[in-house]
Amino acid sequence: MAATQEEIVAGLADIVNEIAGIPVEDVQLDKSFTDDLDVDSLSMVEVVVAAEERFDVKIPDDDVKNLKTVGDATDYILKHQG
Amino acid sequence: MSSTNRTVVVTGIGATTPLGGDAASTWEGLIAGRSGVSPLEQEWAADQAVRIAAQIAVEPTEVIPRPQARRLDRSAQFALIAAQQAWADAGFTEKAGAEGSDVDPDRLGTVIASGIGGVTTLLDQYDVLKEKGVRRVSPHTVPMLMPNSPSANVGLLVGARAGVHTPVSACASGAEAIGYAIEMIRSGRADIVVAGGTEAAIHPLPIAAFGNMMAMSKNNDDPQGASRPYDVARDGFVLGEGAGVIVLESAEHAARRGARVYAEAVGQGISADSHDIVQPEPEGRGIAHALQNLLDNNDLDPAEIVHVNAHATSTPAGDVAELKALRKVFGDDTDHFAVSATKSMTGHLLGGAGGVESVATVLALYHRVAPPTINVENLDPEAEANADIVRGEARKLPVEGRIAALNDSFGFGGHNVVLAFRTV
Repeated sequence: MAATQEEIVAGLADIVNEIAGIPVEDVQLDKSFTDDLDVDSLSMVEVVVAAEERFDVKIPDDDVKNLKTVGDATDYILKHQG
Repeated sequence: MSSTNRTVVVTGIGATTPLGGDAASTWEGLIAGRSGVSPLEQEWAADQAVRIAAQIAVEPTEVIPRPQARRLDRSAQFALIAAQQAWADAGFTEKAGAEGSDVDPDRLGTVIASGIGGVTTLLDQYDVLKEKGVRRVSPHTVPMLMPNSPSANVGLLVGARAGVHTPVSACASGAEAIGYAIEMIRSGRADIVVAGGTEAAIHPLPIAAFGNMMAMSKNNDDPQGASRPYDVARDGFVLGEGAGVIVLESAEHAARRGARVYAEAVGQGISADSHDIVQPEPEGRGIAHALQNLLDNNDLDPAEIVHVNAHATSTPAGDVAELKALRKVFGDDTDHFAVSATKSMTGHLLGGAGGVESVATVLALYHRVAPPTINVENLDPEAEANADIVRGEARKLPVEGRIAALNDSFGFGGHNVVLAFRTV
């Protein structure tokens, strides 16, 4: 069953909290992973792999660089989830 | 800036060991003669021949925030905890270069070593690869497992730009790191160096491997009595984990900022056995060579030496070879050396040993007390003939006058490193 936008943001918030220690309420659509959420390039790989597993989606490495914000990632997952 | 042969002093200490989560509790444990060895209760230990180890007293994840801890190998976690303590103990509240810090980052270095590096990360991630596939291998794996990771992470912690180094010489690594740090300051490359050793190798593969080398004690029925240097029944070392870190500083820099000085770091003596990849040279020739180098290259009066923190790991051959070497080089002066084998309490921290035992040696001078060697029920006659072993209880050192102490560390590969400290 496909996840809603709200469910995806909540899921990403859990993942970012686990990886970067950022409070879940701070993970909002307009937040940049790098600039706002303390997710560096290596940790972004971890976020992507965790998101792939959670939302049954494949995010090729070439697409990861376009996922600047939580909103970018949420849109990508909404569009590509299995 | 370019002055050489400058005096080096110790201005900060930190540790996290099987005896306690900091240097103070570790020292209390050492002086009380407490063993840090316990049974390995982990599921994987059930079919191991060795089922005991000196496990850390305070889990690093209780100290380091989880997001930071999950991208550090356990050995780097220990190093970071010990370094943070040592840095604060030296009186520094900020990292070098930060607002409020007077420390010049270009004159600050780190030298933190381990014997084996991030072995638990390597093996755990190999398990992930096999069980969950390529995609799940952590992108942090390489910066976690590389042997220079503890030194580099401590460098980031304190803001070190004069150089970040990692000498690797098995169980001599921690001592070699401190020797390297002394030279960095003496030669004028740095004013302050954070130095020490760390190790985290309590994992089924190293335990199985050391066990199969017949290097470790299999006294599983008596964990606290298993590490027994100099006892006739010693049957190998007990693996320990943790880190010990000290802040070394040029004496003038320390004086300028009014720092508390624990001891002078007099210098080092180094040699190699060229005898066997793992067996110690039985007469201690290589060790004697290191001790002679220490005397030849440093302003150290053997009459002032009152204490030796011995390498003594509780192996049949090694413990006695070291004492023979001391007797060979120092002759009758050896009679006034109170020799302590603190591995009887901490276990053998491999590359961490030189760090933790330097902390112990510095504190022995500072408090003028030698920690005991525990578990010596029947003293090996060859040990008794060569040295005065501090058995059972801590012993007071001379209350007046300048006194000096040695810290010995030797490693597989035939590495011999001797460090000398003295009161100021």
